Amino acid sequence: MKPRFLAFTAGLLAATALQAQPIKIGELNSYKVFPAFLEPYKKGWQLALEEINAGGGVIGRKLEIVSRDDGGTPGDAVRVAEELISREKAHVLMGTFASNVGLAVANLANQRKVLFVASEPLTDKIVWENGNRYTFRLRPSTYMQTAMLVPEAAKLNKKRWAIVYPNYEYGQSASASFKKLLSRAQPGVEYVAEQAPALGKIDAGAVVQALAEAKPDAIFSSLFAADLQKFVREGNTRGLFKNVVVFNLLGGEPEYLDPLKQETPEGWWVTGYPWSEISTPEHRRFRDAYQKRWKDYPRLGSVVGYTSVYTIANAIRKASSADTEKLVEALKGLEMQTPFGPIVWRPIDHQSTMGAYVGQLARKDGRGVMVNWRYADGAKYQPSDQEIRALRKE
Amino acid sequence: MSGTAILLQFLNGLAGASSLFLIAAGLSLIFGVTRIVNFAHGSLYMLGMYLAVWLSERIGFWASVPIAAALVATAGAAIEIVLLRRIYKAPELFQLLATFALVLLVKDFALWAWGPEDMLGPRAPGFAGAVEIAGRAFPQYDLLLIVIGPLVFAFLHLILVKTRWGILVRAATQDREMAGALGVNQKVLFTAVFMLGAGLAGLGGALAIPREPANLEIDLSLVADAFVVVVVGGLGSIPGAFLAALLIGEIKAFCIGLGYSKITLAVEFIVMAVVLVLRPWGLLGRPQAAARGPGALQSPLNPPSGRAVAALVVMAAALAAVPALTSGYALVLLTDVLVFALFAASLHFMMGPGGMVSFGHAAYFGLGAYGAGLLLLRFALPMELALVLAPLFALAGALVFGWFCVRLSGVYLAMLTLAFAQIVWSVAFQWDAVTGGSNGLIGVWPEPWLASKTAFYYAALLLCAAALALLWRMVYSPFGYALRAGRDSALRAEAIGINVRAVQWAAFCVAGLFAGLAGALYAFSKGSISPETLSVPRSVDGLVMVLLGGLQTLTGPLWGAALFTWLEDAISRGFDYWRAAIGGVILLLVLAFPQGIAGFIRERLGR
Repeated sequence: MKPRFLAFTAGLLAATALQAQPIKIGELNSYKVFPAFLEPYKKGWQLALEEINAGGGVIGRKLEIVSRDDGGTPGDAVRVAEELISREKAHVLMGTFASNVGLAVANLANQRKVLFVASEPLTDKIVWENGNRYTFRLRPSTYMQTAMLVPEAAKLNKKRWAIVYPNYEYGQSASASFKKLLSRAQPGVEYVAEQAPALGKIDAGAVVQALAEAKPDAIFSSLFAADLQKFVREGNTRGLFKNVVVFNLLGGEPEYLDPLKQETPEGWWVTGYPWSEISTPEHRRFRDAYQKRWKDYPRLGSVVGYTSVYTIANAIRKASSADTEKLVEALKGLEMQTPFGPIVWRPIDHQSTMGAYVGQLARKDGRGVMVNWRYADGAKYQPSDQEIRALRKE
Repeated sequence: MSGTAILLQFLNGLAGASSLFLIAAGLSLIFGVTRIVNFAHGSLYMLGMYLAVWLSERIGFWASVPIAAALVATAGAAIEIVLLRRIYKAPELFQLLATFALVLLVKDFALWAWGPEDMLGPRAPGFAGAVEIAGRAFPQYDLLLIVIGPLVFAFLHLILVKTRWGILVRAATQDREMAGALGVNQKVLFTAVFMLGAGLAGLGGALAIPREPANLEIDLSLVADAFVVVVVGGLGSIPGAFLAALLIGEIKAFCIGLGYSKITLAVEFIVMAVVLVLRPWGLLGRPQAAARGPGALQSPLNPPSGRAVAALVVMAAALAAVPALTSGYALVLLTDVLVFALFAASLHFMMGPGGMVSFGHAAYFGLGAYGAGLLLLRFALPMELALVLAPLFALAGALVFGWFCVRLSGVYLAMLTLAFAQIVWSVAFQWDAVTGGSNGLIGVWPEPWLASKTAFYYAALLLCAAALALLWRMVYSPFGYALRAGRDSALRAEAIGINVRAVQWAAFCVAGLFAGLAGALYAFSKGSISPETLSVPRSVDGLVMVLLGGLQTLTGPLWGAALFTWLEDAISRGFDYWRAAIGGVILLLVLAFPQGIAGFIRERLGR
């Protein structure tokens, strides 16, 4: 063999090896703090990863996900993200659950100039006040989900509203947005009671009692998880919900609805995910694949994890590169298909237009389900561009 | 509030008080006799909840309650015999480390056994509905709880007052050494007490399931509440725990009834602070018997030999050389280690030479961090100035809180530090306009010249090394000797003219100041801070680091901080059940080195 030919072959091999190097996604989440949401989320992204790689990956390279537990605190999460960036050489960051963790990682992403797809945090600030060039958020924000409930709330024309929310940023901003939007849609509405128990520590008996004393016509709640379950049980026992309409943000998400079982309060308006009833082709395809792979039904977290990975894959395809700056530009305005239907990544604030399902709770065979639901497209529940520009200080 | 509303909220308060009492009573008993600060008490309660939900699907609710309680009692006995009995001889508070490891293990066990989803238990058959009281529906089950609490109280009271075993328990609570000297078999007594306490926690958990779902977050949130009740009531006093549970249950219910629900975030800690300031031994507690004899004294801390100092200098030089080898993640991790080493060393300064245990040292770490963030973002100071001035925030906090704390001692002092830390935490958590509320302050980055990992690492190394050297120097200054004298014998120290309280107060402030410096460095290394820098878990981390390293050694906190930070980093990457793995490692360390790592090494070298 001629030496020159040998060198050529070696060069070719090296080139293909370089080509075949996988693109790394650094994934971090609070798996031990919010396992109910995040175990299905993990299954969701695993499924997407397997599908994409079975189809040959993207731009000729496989995708690889390096997953880490972020410990559930901003400080630890920042350290883990640094590890993913500098040791694992991740091209993209993805994940986080709680708002404070999401904001801290978004801030780091901006400092280190790394693309960060925030899958789950709901805080409005991550795309508005604290929004930055490198951060994109998938899920409909607190504001968007609240806005989705307001049309139904205003239609009922109830005068006396009581508010209950977990006392941290998510609950505070949900309540503030709700009051602002409802008062705009229905002038003259009164807020007769407000209860803000500490997250995870609601004293449900006393809270239900105090709300009942105010004699509200309707209640807006943003409770979830254990707080919601305690509130529902006490409210049922004490008859709080008898002649009162309740709106509960997130109450229809399987993660929070399923534990209620026969306790499920009928007629509540919620945002959520009626996984068994959505029969669009794109959702059926996702659900079948998920159930085949995991022998379990999808939760909302599954959709979030699944769609996050496809977002990154689609951005890489559009940019034909894994270069951060090119990916940022590709993500702006990226249109793509998801199990919930088509979404767009808004250039103005890096928020996806993924929506949520709005409907009412009902009991069926001892389980909670959503009925009378509709898909609320996230694109329709946004403040004006002008307001957003003012918030983003751009 | 109308009359009916007051009545109903009063009943709500009673029901809450009953469940609070069940868990607090067990904790109080255990502490009273064994002096163990049982962090795992909330975990035992959680175990009771999960067992009861799981059993009631099979054998019905009422059968599941006693069985779950019995199972948890058995688990308690097993823990005492297999684990705690081996380490009673270890220095005070070391058992805390073991119970902390148990918390991690139990949590992951519950996750593994019952899955991540919350489990809402059944309603109690026969007590599923509501009765009408003054025209309002009130749950029958809450009425039952209102009866059960006093029943359990009466039962415990009878046992303690009327039986021989009860007399022994009270004797041991009052003076453990004397009871032992009179021939009371401590082994059996301790096991029985721990079993009873665990059983009460299990019972409390099982009885709670008709009211709240079994979930993985309940353990730590509950154990803090239980400690508050125990301390407010007076350690080891069952009537005190009952009274305190009533007081706190009612105050909480009326805060909500009157529309001040936000204050429930910290109300029990405010109550505790007030009670401890006014009545240092709790409502019905008695002063702890003074430790007597040379057994309780610490062996004096000798100044480090020339060789040890040389070794430390070499180590610092080696650390300074690290950036030559790598500019990657190792620097990030080492910066964390340095910051936590300083944090742990400042806590150690209080705990070791000062003899003042703090359960709330995160307050000063967090005040430093928030100080840095506020000065940079709200006052627009240059970063360098913010870093230098931020520890003064912590110093200010320590000056105020320390003044109250040094008037107490032992666990009461520790709990008062916890109360202040929780109050600071809740202020940071609520004061949206200034502290950014639950999200905290975002964008606390160093100036460009310090922004690279290497530059910031050097800054951290320089500041931490200087601060550590200063802290260590202080231990051997006249101030340090006076501090240690006050710890070993307050009476004798006073007699030779040392103002023990003033010295302790000064030490408290020094510890706060250096924790503040660590906090400020932490803020700039992470770019953002949120209330978690002030939270209980951060304080507990500090304690774990100090205890892992060894309380009565100088360099112990460094090793503890390095080991704990590295463990967290390495294990959480490799294992799904990393919490349990960390718990397991800590347990092994506890059993192998009951005097801490540095203590172990010193003992070996000393031989």
